[in-house]
Amino acid sequence: MKEELTTDQQIRRKTIKAFVGFGLASLVPIGVWKWINSRPELNNTLAPLRKTLEFNERLTGKLLADSHLAPTFPLSQAQKKVRVNGSEGLLSPIEKDYKVKIESGDNIFEISLDELKALPKQEIVFEFKCIEGWSQVQHWAGVRFVDVMNHYKIGQKDADNLYKYVGMETPDDKYYVGIDMPSAVHPQTILAYEMNGKPLIDKKHGSPLRLIIPVKYGYKSLKRIGVIKFSDTRPKDYWALFGYDYFAGL
Amino acid sequence: MIKKIVHKHPLAIRWFHWLNFPLLFVMIWSGMLIYWANDIYKIQVGKTVLFNFFPKSFYAFLGLSGQLAKGMAWHFATMWLFTINGILYFLYTFISGEWKLIIPEKKSLKEAWQVVLYDLGISKVCPPQDKYNAAQRIVYTLVIVMGFGSILTGWAIFRPIQLSWLTTILGGYEAARLEHFILTIGFVLFFVVHILQVIKAGWKNFQSIITGFEVKEKS
Repeated sequence: MKEELTTDQQIRRKTIKAFVGFGLASLVPIGVWKWINSRPELNNTLAPLRKTLEFNERLTGKLLADSHLAPTFPLSQAQKKVRVNGSEGLLSPIEKDYKVKIESGDNIFEISLDELKALPKQEIVFEFKCIEGWSQVQHWAGVRFVDVMNHYKIGQKDADNLYKYVGMETPDDKYYVGIDMPSAVHPQTILAYEMNGKPLIDKKHGSPLRLIIPVKYGYKSLKRIGVIKFSDTRPKDYWALFGYDYFAGL
Repeated sequence: MIKKIVHKHPLAIRWFHWLNFPLLFVMIWSGMLIYWANDIYKIQVGKTVLFNFFPKSFYAFLGLSGQLAKGMAWHFATMWLFTINGILYFLYTFISGEWKLIIPEKKSLKEAWQVVLYDLGISKVCPPQDKYNAAQRIVYTLVIVMGFGSILTGWAIFRPIQLSWLTTILGGYEAARLEHFILTIGFVLFFVVHILQVIKAGWKNFQSIITGFEVKEKS
């Protein structure tokens, strides 16, 4: 601590200067707060914050590999009572002749559940994470989405490029998600038709076929898939429209 | 009688300190908006719940309910400023040598106890001190460590798959979430004690974090 001799006047002057400076400087955070809150909202989130969420998506996408696998668990740790959250898009009856509609460029067709079950089955026991903050170890099985893409030759924009996004919708189009392609072709992303080793028959859990995407928060794991479509623009996303992060990656 | 100016807090330290105040405030506020959506923590002895984090009235009083998306948006934007300010402060203390006044010494633990007894009015012996007393050294160092802890546990729950090694080191996703929460409670407790001590130390001491100097009388 340095010392210097001084007069009362000097002390007064220095003190006043410091306090005025402090007062002016404290207008900065208040101004930033007011400015952010005065910006328009982009899908229910203030524009500067929405832009930062997208910045986080780009940055972590570049710095941290998308190919990281979600940790898996022994089967014995899987919860028998699988937690349910949300019934959007599940309230209309399931059609008897259930099929998934595919739209990949000009290639539009339908796939039945049996056709999907004929492809190699993939099981996973992972920690399902809800954006609310809870998590649960769950056991699911189905077909890897990347296998479906390769088998039916869908998602290819041209010889060298995949589309940038996959959109999925419930048959009644009341719930929908958009997923970036790296996450969609992630080896743990599956179209699930089994839960806890048994056919998925519970409507609340998304029977007969649902998405399980461990690298995203649970709200991206759309239940009861009706439509799968590919695009280069971001498909609509139910919760992102309510202000949540579009990427929702973990 | 001559008055003298004793330089106490360099300008940089004052900036870091006062920038951290609104940043930490926004982090804790937005963190509570997030925590509300799954507010499962409580202090429990046997089957008796002593305290719930948090009672409904608490959320209602502070207007924290039903704003998860808003909380996340603010949290994941402000985290960058909070982190940058924290790292710059940390680097500055090293470059300036200020760290020597902050880091605890061998005798600090024993002296800190004497400081506590003295501050509570139990003992009349006030241990000698430099810029900070032993208790301050320990707590100010601890709060820096806690800051880094908040950043690490925060990333462990923000990107638990991309950074699964970090999440694993911290004991898993749910453990990291709890640790992040406990650290936040720690910051709040620090804040309360800090304010009380500042009030106790008086105006002359307080104004030094704004002006940078204290005025002492020289006989």
